[in-house]
Amino acid sequence: MLYAILCYAHEETVFAWSREEEAAVMEKLHAVQAPLEKAGKLGPVGRLMPTTAATTVRKGRDEPLVLDGPFAETKEVLLGFYTVDFETLDEAVAFAKDLSAVNPGSSSYEIRPFYVFHPGQITASEAIV
Amino acid sequence: MTDIGWIELALTAARPQALGALLRYFRDLDTAEEAFQEACLRAVRTWPDKGAPRDPAAWLILVGRNSGVDQIRKRAKNEPLPEEAAFSDLSDAEEDIADRLDNAHYRDDILRLMFVCCHPDLPNTQQIALSLRIVSGLTVPQIAKAFLVSDAAMEQRITRAKARIARAQSDNTPGDKGVVGFEAPDAYERAARLKTVAAMIYLVFNEGYSSGVNKPDSIMFCEEAIRLVRILLRIFPSEAEIMGLATLMLLQHSRAGARFDNAGQIILLEDQDRSLWDKKLTAEALAMLDKAVRHRSGGPYQLQAAIAALHARAEKFEDTDWWQIDLLYQALEHLQPSPVVTLNRAVAVSKAEGPQEALALIETVAGPLDGYFYFHGVRGGLLMQSGQTAEAREAFDRAIALANSPAEAAHIRMQIDKLGEVGT
Repeated sequence: MLYAILCYAHEETVFAWSREEEAAVMEKLHAVQAPLEKAGKLGPVGRLMPTTAATTVRKGRDEPLVLDGPFAETKEVLLGFYTVDFETLDEAVAFAKDLSAVNPGSSSYEIRPFYVFHPGQITASEAIV
Repeated sequence: MTDIGWIELALTAARPQALGALLRYFRDLDTAEEAFQEACLRAVRTWPDKGAPRDPAAWLILVGRNSGVDQIRKRAKNEPLPEEAAFSDLSDAEEDIADRLDNAHYRDDILRLMFVCCHPDLPNTQQIALSLRIVSGLTVPQIAKAFLVSDAAMEQRITRAKARIARAQSDNTPGDKGVVGFEAPDAYERAARLKTVAAMIYLVFNEGYSSGVNKPDSIMFCEEAIRLVRILLRIFPSEAEIMGLATLMLLQHSRAGARFDNAGQIILLEDQDRSLWDKKLTAEALAMLDKAVRHRSGGPYQLQAAIAALHARAEKFEDTDWWQIDLLYQALEHLQPSPVVTLNRAVAVSKAEGPQEALALIETVAGPLDGYFYFHGVRGGLLMQSGQTAEAREAFDRAIALANSPAEAAHIRMQIDKLGEVGT
């Protein structure tokens, strides 16, 4: 089974880390990932920018709403994600609007840029399991 | 990270929200600070065993409020009871605070806490010191060290600034200039506060950025300003100008590692090793600017951010889009006319068109900028480029006389050395 592991934390604290603290945490996290990487079991790993860099496209009654900031509702939960390489935020917003147009019912798409992205080693065929 | 290290970070992160709420309850900065301090002491005692609460700010507000009320009761034994209006909401001090935090008070609480540090009567340096002390929670010795003054002098400066604010609050009636109201502000007042606070945050940043050296203390000013603007953005996520300010500071700070050589000499933008620019900060800044631009409501911070972004996007100095930069400076001149903006535009004009055109442009601001180091430095450089060696030397001499730091003077001397090479 292929799993997504999603990391939630207090960003006020995380972004107040000094460079040294940050480097120390990253090293420890990397050590935890290393055996999986060695075994060829690690898929994409990403580090996201703070929520201040986020934009949310929310399906409204008519035209989808484009809101600044992260998705903050508690009724809806995370059901999936896309990783796409766009030139501009406008392109990302247009893509999210297209997704919401064909997605029945209420849906929101949070657009958040990556700081770091490692594509990982898992191939598409394995991912269909 | 040790337990205590983690707790300290959590306390710092919760500080603006918790202290802001306590200021609203007690309507007095000293009482609020004492109450917050007491809550922090209890957090350090109890969190290591019990674990940190899920919402540290809510915990600190509840504990701080109770301890503040106790203090007022103790004092009241010796003094007449304060009037009920002197502090608000005390009747429901035991109420479940989590519900109350949801009602968006905290946004105005944080803004108010930052705003009290921007009293119009306080000189810039005091606004910076006060916000680092009150909003950021840095210690007096930390701030004193960064300002290169003694602890006692800084303590006195902060005490005076606080007294000035307290006096303005008690002497004047609400609505007067310099009096901070405790009711939720209306949209107009909120926008005005936001603008003032943004300017204060940029002051904090510039205190570090323009100090002319790359030492931990100046880095601290810059990083703290970036932390503060992120707090503002979290509570006002749709303010394009605040995004612009964040972009501007992130981009300027991204060059920190490339702005000085090992001997502490300034390295100009054109000579900087761009591989030393912090890619993470640059990427975040460009993402932020994209967000701001979508609002189609320009402003001075966004324009300056857009100029900085053009530098960030150029892989080499030669790739810089000077023509665009010139246009953006023209827009900035239109929006916020200032001789310094014109001077900066002249640099872009010199690259896009040539030194003669740039010299003609800066002549228009020679009067107001006569006492400005950077003006004579730029003018000297332009004269040197157009082969007017004697005039260039004169301008450089004038710049050295006006230099604000040894690094600035040293940089101009290097230019004079180049002049010698040109002359021979």
